[in-house]
Amino acid sequence: MKWSITAGLVGALVFPTAPLLADGRADAAAQVAFGIEVARRGLWREAIYRWERAVQIDPAYAEAYNDLGVAYEHEGQLEKARKAYEKAIELDPKNPQIRQNYDLFKEINDRASAASKEKP
Amino acid sequence: MTGPVPRARKSRRVLGATLAAATAAILVACGPTTYEIPIETPIQPKLDLSAFQRVLIAGFVAGGTSDVDTNQETVRLLRSQLRSKSSLRVIDADVLALLEVAQDQNKGAADPPADTTKGDSAAPAPRAAQAGDRTPTALPQQIKEEKDLEPYERLFANTAYWKQIGEEYQNPLIVTGTVLFTSHSRSGFVSRDVEQFDSLGRRRVVPVRTYMERTGFILRPKFIFIDGRTGATMYSESYREEVLYNASQTTPALSSYFELMDRLVPNFLSALSTQKIRGTRVLLK
Repeated sequence: MKWSITAGLVGALVFPTAPLLADGRADAAAQVAFGIEVARRGLWREAIYRWERAVQIDPAYAEAYNDLGVAYEHEGQLEKARKAYEKAIELDPKNPQIRQNYDLFKEINDRASAASKEKP
Repeated sequence: MTGPVPRARKSRRVLGATLAAATAAILVACGPTTYEIPIETPIQPKLDLSAFQRVLIAGFVAGGTSDVDTNQETVRLLRSQLRSKSSLRVIDADVLALLEVAQDQNKGAADPPADTTKGDSAAPAPRAAQAGDRTPTALPQQIKEEKDLEPYERLFANTAYWKQIGEEYQNPLIVTGTVLFTSHSRSGFVSRDVEQFDSLGRRRVVPVRTYMERTGFILRPKFIFIDGRTGATMYSESYREEVLYNASQTTPALSSYFELMDRLVPNFLSALSTQKIRGTRVLLK
């Protein structure tokens, strides 16, 4: 009985925000899921809004940054896409899908930057 | 036989089924975590064309094989591409025979000025001649290789000439340049996949290196974009594409020319209009 009270107190002191964090992640996950739904219907602006909300709620959400990278790329906002992909890789460096998206993006981005450098 | 043992079995079965149903429900609720999605990335044009509403594909200094009229074909192809894939209005005009224009200008520059009051306004002298150089390099009559094109570069630097062309067509964007389309052959080892069947009739594909003689074509265009208001070059880009066929295969030069131009046209268009690059990406939950 004593042990369980002590454990409860320690838990409350050490992880006072755990339920809040769990709620935050769930909320962010809901935003990401909704963003995917609308992106699949071609509503990329709405998807961007949702994914931006998701990373505001949970700034460590690598998948949300990845999705933002894809959406910015689709909208031609290449600098924002690069930052989003790089943040996603920073948060989850071993995710092969994020890496693959980033590699494909880089091919296009390099072409676009080469073109802008060539501009007279 | 209707004791507690069968009841326990039954309850275990029910429990198992419930667990399986719950697992399935969770999986369905969560759904997949990755979604492959097609995207189209817009790439901005290389040139700022806000000052132009019209484009003149003037003509090209062309050379190489005589099987294709490279100047005419290039002008025709680029005009039709721009009509369908750019917002610029394409000017319909006779294709300039730039090889002759360059030779005339060169001749004019080499000749001593007989009477300075009679300026030939139709073909302003090249910059080198204007600067006092009376012995410009002779232009090769026939263009067979890349170095034959070099002396013709003076034509594109002749701002007075291009400004005059620009005035004639109300200051459009002018596209010109050089195109070299040459045949070539190459022999060597080529790796190709060969289908084989073993004694049990199983099929497998094995890479085999074979010596082959191949012939084909090389296309080397240089596109030059000139501001029709000033005659100055805004931008230029060069490309090189080649295609090789088995020596036994006879492919007409014209179809090879179009095959190679097909590869280059998106690059050409990307200088003038926004291009969309299609691809797929993975969305993650």
